[in-house]
Amino acid sequence: MEDTITTQDIIKNGELVFEKTSCLTDNVLSYCPGCGHGVAHRITMEVIDEMGIQSETIGIAPVGCSVLAYDFMNIDMQGAAHGRAPAVATGIKRVYPEKYVFTYQGDGDLAAIGTAETIHACNRGENIVIIFINNGIYGMTGGQMAPTTLEGMQTSTSPFGRDVERMGHPLKMTELVATLPGTCFVTRQAVHTPSAVRKAKKAIRKAFENQKENKGLSFIEIVSNCNSGWKMTPVKSNQWMEEHMFPFYPLGDIKDV
Amino acid sequence: MKELRLMKGNEAIAEAAIRCGVDAYYGYPITPQSEVMEYLMSEEPHKRTGMVVLQAESEVASINMVYGAASGGKLAMTSSSSPGISLMSEGISYIAGAELPCLVVNVQRGGPGLGTIQPGQADYFQSTKGGGHGDYRLIVLAPASVQEMADFVELSFELAFKYRNPAMILSDGAIGQMMEKVYLPAQKERLSNEEVEKRHGSWASIGKKPNRERNIITSLALQSEVQEKHNFKLQAKYKQIEETEVRYEELNCEDAEYLLVAYGTSARICQKVVQLGREKGIKIGLLRPITLWPFPSQIINKLANQVKGILSVEMSAGQMIEDVKLAVEGKVKVMHYGRFGGMIPAPDEVLNALEEKLIKNN
Amino acid sequence: MAKVRGTIIVDVEKCKGCDLCVVACPTNVIRLAPDVNGKGYHYAYMENPEACTGCVNCAMVCPDSVITVYRLKPSKTEAATA
Ligand SMILES: Cc1ncc(C[n+]2csc(CCOP(=O)(O)OP(=O)(O)O)c2C)c(N)n1
Ligand code: SF4
Ligand code: SF4
Ligand code: SF4
Repeated sequence: MEDTITTQDIIKNGELVFEKTSCLTDNVLSYCPGCGHGVAHRITMEVIDEMGIQSETIGIAPVGCSVLAYDFMNIDMQGAAHGRAPAVATGIKRVYPEKYVFTYQGDGDLAAIGTAETIHACNRGENIVIIFINNGIYGMTGGQMAPTTLEGMQTSTSPFGRDVERMGHPLKMTELVATLPGTCFVTRQAVHTPSAVRKAKKAIRKAFENQKENKGLSFIEIVSNCNSGWKMTPVKSNQWMEEHMFPFYPLGDIKDV
Repeated sequence: MKELRLMKGNEAIAEAAIRCGVDAYYGYPITPQSEVMEYLMSEEPHKRTGMVVLQAESEVASINMVYGAASGGKLAMTSSSSPGISLMSEGISYIAGAELPCLVVNVQRGGPGLGTIQPGQADYFQSTKGGGHGDYRLIVLAPASVQEMADFVELSFELAFKYRNPAMILSDGAIGQMMEKVYLPAQKERLSNEEVEKRHGSWASIGKKPNRERNIITSLALQSEVQEKHNFKLQAKYKQIEETEVRYEELNCEDAEYLLVAYGTSARICQKVVQLGREKGIKIGLLRPITLWPFPSQIINKLANQVKGILSVEMSAGQMIEDVKLAVEGKVKVMHYGRFGGMIPAPDEVLNALEEKLIKNN
Repeated sequence: MAKVRGTIIVDVEKCKGCDLCVVACPTNVIRLAPDVNGKGYHYAYMENPEACTGCVNCAMVCPDSVITVYRLKPSKTEAATA
C-alpha cells in the first residue's frame, strides 16, 4: 500500500526536514569531493542561522584550502594572511565587542605559521570562536607535512613517513590551548558520520553561546579528512581517520568551564 | 581649543591619537618608540575616549590586528621601529592589497639587522618603494618636529580614509625622543558604530545587513585577469594621490644657487646649513619633502633649472637621492651626503660636503 | 502498517559523487548513478525511494549541502494513501 505514495506526495504533504541554510551562498564549494571542510562550513553557518546572528557575525578566513570560505559563508568576512586569523579576529573583536567573531583555520595555518597568534589569542582570552580543521596535512599546497601529521604518515615532504627523530612530533594544539586560562571551552570533534556532525554542531553552538556570554575563547578542533592529500577515496579516508587519527587525536571535550 | 605642552615626539603621537578619536592602537615594544604605547597605557584611553590599546605578542600580530580593526572601518594604528616594520611588511602589503585605511608609524633606527637604537633614515626604500611584496604604495609623511608628529596623525587618517590606503609616518629616533613645545588639537569624539556604518558601510566588514551584499575584505584574486584589474585600479589610485597629495616646504629657495634636499631630522640640520652657508656668501636653499611618497618631484625639477647643484642629505648611504635624481632628469649635478648606523651629521660637515662635492669640482 | 516516509532531492549538478551519503544512509536508499552530471561526477540518486525514512543522515554528511529532505509522518501517510 505504501508504494502508492509518490515522492511528490511526500514533498506536498510532508514537512521539509532538511535544506541548505541561507547562511551558505549558492556558490559551488571549491573543495574536493568528500572533503570535511564542506560539512564544517555548513554546520557553522547553520548555527549562525539558528541563533539569528547573521547580521552581527564577522568571520575570518585563513590561507589554506578554506581561503575562499568567504565565497561560501553568507556573512561579512575578512581574509587573513597565513596564520594571522586570531590576530585579525582580535583586532576587530576589540573594536566591536558586541559582535560575533570567529576564525576558521587549517592545521598549517593555526598550528605552524600562526602558532604564536593562536596561543596568545587563547591566552588573552579573546572573546572569539576558533574553528580548527585538523586534517594532518597541508591540503592547499599539495599535501606537504603539517605540524599535525602523524608519526609515520606519508606526505609529499615526508615521502617515507614522518620520522619524528628528524621531523619532530605531531603537535596537539588543542590539548595545549586547553591549559591556558583564557580558553573557556576546548573540544575535539569530527564531521564524518551523522552523529559526529550533530555533536560537532552542538559544540559550535555552545561556542557561539559562550561568546554571547563573554566567557572567553572557545576552541573547536574538527579532525577531518583530506582525501586528496591522503590519496584515498572519501569513504576510505574517513575509515583511515577513525583508525589512525582518532587514537592520537581522541574526540571529546577537553575543557568546559 | 588647542593646548600647549612640552612633550617627546613619541608622546605627541600618542596624545594626538587619543585626541583625534583613534579607535585602536596595537603595538609591540621597540626602542626608540616604546613611549608611544607606554604613554597610551598610562593615559588609560579606554577611560578617556574608549580607545583600545593592546600590547600584542609581536609586530606580526600588531599589524594583523590593525588589519582586523581597519576592516571594520575603524581608525586603527600601530607604531614600531625599523626591525619591527620589517616584520610588519607582509601585513602592510595585505592592507594595501585589501585597500584598508590605517596608520603605521616608523620611528627609524640605524640598521641593517638589529643595527642600533640610535636614529637613522635608512628605511626610505622600504617605506616608499614597498617593503612588502607586490605593487603597492604607502602614503608616507615625514615629520621634522614634535608638532608635526602630532599633526600628522590626523592628516594620515584623513588621507588613509580618503584613498582607503595605508599611511605611514616615517620619523626617526631623534624626533621621537626630542622634547619640544607642541600645540595639541582639541579632543574629538570617536565615531559611533552607527556613524561608521553610515560612512563606511559600503565596504566595511561589520556584519551583513539584509539590505546589502556581503562586505568581504581580501587581497586575494585567484584569477589573473581579476588580479590585474585590481592592480590597474590601485595604480589609478596611486596616480591620483601623486597628482593631489604632494606636500613639501621650501626654505630660501627663491635665490638659491645650491639646493639641499632633506627630510625629518636631516632637514632640521640642513636649516642650520642654509644659514651657515649664507653667512659665508653661498646661496643655499632647502627643499624639505613632507610627503616622501608621493615625492615632490615637480618642484625639485623646477628648482633644478635654477641651481648649480643639489645635495641630498640623509641619514642613510643614499636612498632618497635616487628619487631626487629621477626628478632632476640630469639637469644638474646631484650628490649625496649622509651619516648612518645611528650617526647624525653636524651642520658644518654638511656644508663642507656641499662645498667639496658641488662647488670645488665645478 | 503505516510508517514514516521520506524522500530526498539531490541538486544533481552540484553533487560531487563523493559517496558519503550512500554510506551514511541506514536503509540503503542512495546509489551513485552510472551517468555523470555536467561536471563529470556520478551523482547520487534514490535507488530505493520507498525505503527512505527522511532521517536526514545523508544530508548531515553531505559536504556540498546538495541534499534536501522531506518527511511524512505515519498519520499523514495514511491520509495520503486514503
Ligand atoms: C606566508 C605564507 N607562507 C606560505 C604560504 C603557502 N601556503 C598556502 S596554504 C598553506 C598550508 C595550508 O595548510 P592548512 O592550514 O593545513 O590548510 P588546508 O589547506 O589543509 O585546509 C601554505 C603553506 C602562504 N600562502 N603564505
Ligand atoms: S586538498 Fe584536502 S583539505 Fe583541500 S579541499 Fe581537497 S580534500 Fe579538502
Ligand atoms: S554526499 Fe552529497 S556530494 Fe557526496 S555523493 Fe552524496 S549528494 Fe553527492
Ligand atoms: S533521509 Fe535517511 S533514509 Fe532517506 S536517503 Fe537520506 S539517509 Fe537514507
